[in-house]
Amino acid sequence: MADRPGSDQVTTLDTPIRLDYHFSAGAAATPYLRGLAEGKFVGQRCPVCRKVYIPPRGSCPTDGVATEGAEVLADKGTVTTYCVVNVPFAGQSIEIPYICAQVLLDGADISFMSLIQEIPADQVRMGLRVEAVWVPPEERGPTLASVEYFRPNGEPDADYDSYKAYL
Amino acid sequence: MAERCAVIGVGQTKCASKRLDVSVAGLVREAALRALDDAGLTFADIDAVVIGKAPDMFEGVMMPELYLAPALGAVGKPMLRVHTAGSVGGSTALVAAHLVTAGIHQRVLTVAFEKQSDSDAMWALSVPQPFAAPLLAGAGGYFAPIIRAYMRRSGAPDHVGMKVAVKDRLHALKNPYAHLHLPDISMKVVEDSVVIWDPLHYLESCPSSDGAAAMVLGSEQAAAASQAATGRRPAWVHGMAMRSEPTMFAGRDQVNPQAGRDCAADVYRQAGVTKPRADFDCAEVYVPFSWYEPMWLENLGFCEEGQGWRLTDEGATSMDGGDIPWNCSGGVLSSNPIGASGMLRFLEVALQVRGEAGEHQVDGVRRALGQAYGGGSQFFAMWVLGTEKP
Ligand SMILES: [Zn+2]
Repeated sequence: MADRPGSDQVTTLDTPIRLDYHFSAGAAATPYLRGLAEGKFVGQRCPVCRKVYIPPRGSCPTDGVATEGAEVLADKGTVTTYCVVNVPFAGQSIEIPYICAQVLLDGADISFMSLIQEIPADQVRMGLRVEAVWVPPEERGPTLASVEYFRPNGEPDADYDSYKAYL
Repeated sequence: MAERCAVIGVGQTKCASKRLDVSVAGLVREAALRALDDAGLTFADIDAVVIGKAPDMFEGVMMPELYLAPALGAVGKPMLRVHTAGSVGGSTALVAAHLVTAGIHQRVLTVAFEKQSDSDAMWALSVPQPFAAPLLAGAGGYFAPIIRAYMRRSGAPDHVGMKVAVKDRLHALKNPYAHLHLPDISMKVVEDSVVIWDPLHYLESCPSSDGAAAMVLGSEQAAAASQAATGRRPAWVHGMAMRSEPTMFAGRDQVNPQAGRDCAADVYRQAGVTKPRADFDCAEVYVPFSWYEPMWLENLGFCEEGQGWRLTDEGATSMDGGDIPWNCSGGVLSSNPIGASGMLRFLEVALQVRGEAGEHQVDGVRRALGQAYGGGSQFFAMWVLGTEKP
């Protein structure tokens, strides 16, 4: 394509490439990913500070030790904070605008990014109580795509003091 | 610090959406030649080159430093690449400065760049991963929820972010190298722009830029020689520090990260700074989204926690009558060649300390702070420059 006026010189061209790879989940993420295939959130606990990590990354960065066990958590939690995404970009798989929230599952000590639906964007708020909506069992697999989204579960909003330490 | 180190030459390119007239090699060479010229030197005088850029996916070229060696006069010389995401321009300058303070080299060329038009940074920042939902929408999508948390925690009124967006764009009008020149900018214009990552408006976000920055760092002897040759005075390094922390850990304060506070404490101790708002004459701080100004005012100790928005709201950080002007160059909100953005902060304080910032010069700068952060606020780099030898 000629980018400079009055020039037929090729200066740039798009060359899409793809890379397929095998992801080795490792000891901590394996029970987490298998749990997702069964409709469960499975985290791990730090043996020193007792905090529960989900998704588990295998170690507690604060204490420098391996996290342990398989902590099955509730599939409901609290929106600690969020934004409304209203910008299109290459590779986007969700229709805009959408609500991207940090959800702190009950019993977890760290939040993770989740899609919130079944509520208008201007009614989402910090402290909103939400529950996971799972895809049908036959469509579930070892991926977070097994969770279609989170939606309000009707409980009263969580008190700011209950989640302010997770921001 | 064992040996003294000073900035003896600076060079930057005009930031733009697309620099189609040059390759990456041409872009970095343009900045490097300007820095050498400013120092009264040529490539032959340089002992080593330290280069930085943000993740390689941003241009789709892995380890581009290998092919850039000839363009930077680095063939047969030591060349080092630094990786710390968006803070990399700052970290790169610090690595280069350490080669001088350690007494290893006399003159080190340091360069940082991004050519965003060669690929798609939004895409590169939003690649799906198997353990996470495919929700991340660029850097704004990551930082907007943290900004919302700051607004809730501090009780700041909604308009403060827009105030930063206007102030930095007004500053940019005084900087010919800035990417965005928006003479009609106003609170209304910002408010009327699309809310792309609620609570952030489009005009509260940084642009995507092509650009490069370069500096020549020299020893005491090299500084004296350059000053004799060019008549331009050096900007002395009074302190430098880097800190990092994990992006995700339970109990992390994402709004006011520990690594940033620790980094500031370290660099202030080295420079003898006890009251940053009074001790600095200006600062260049990495503010890619408007609300990061009040957040970093607190993180950097320019005020008590929860009070940063008041400084911004009162106009304290404006060149127009403020006591501690921040981002007189227009900052990252006006130019964001990601890998170079941190170095531009470091370079702009050198210009201020040398009295060479032109129209955006603050009168009588004796000491100034440069700060860069990157990734999910997990990398911090800072330096303090002054007119006096430390
Ligand atoms: Zn722990």
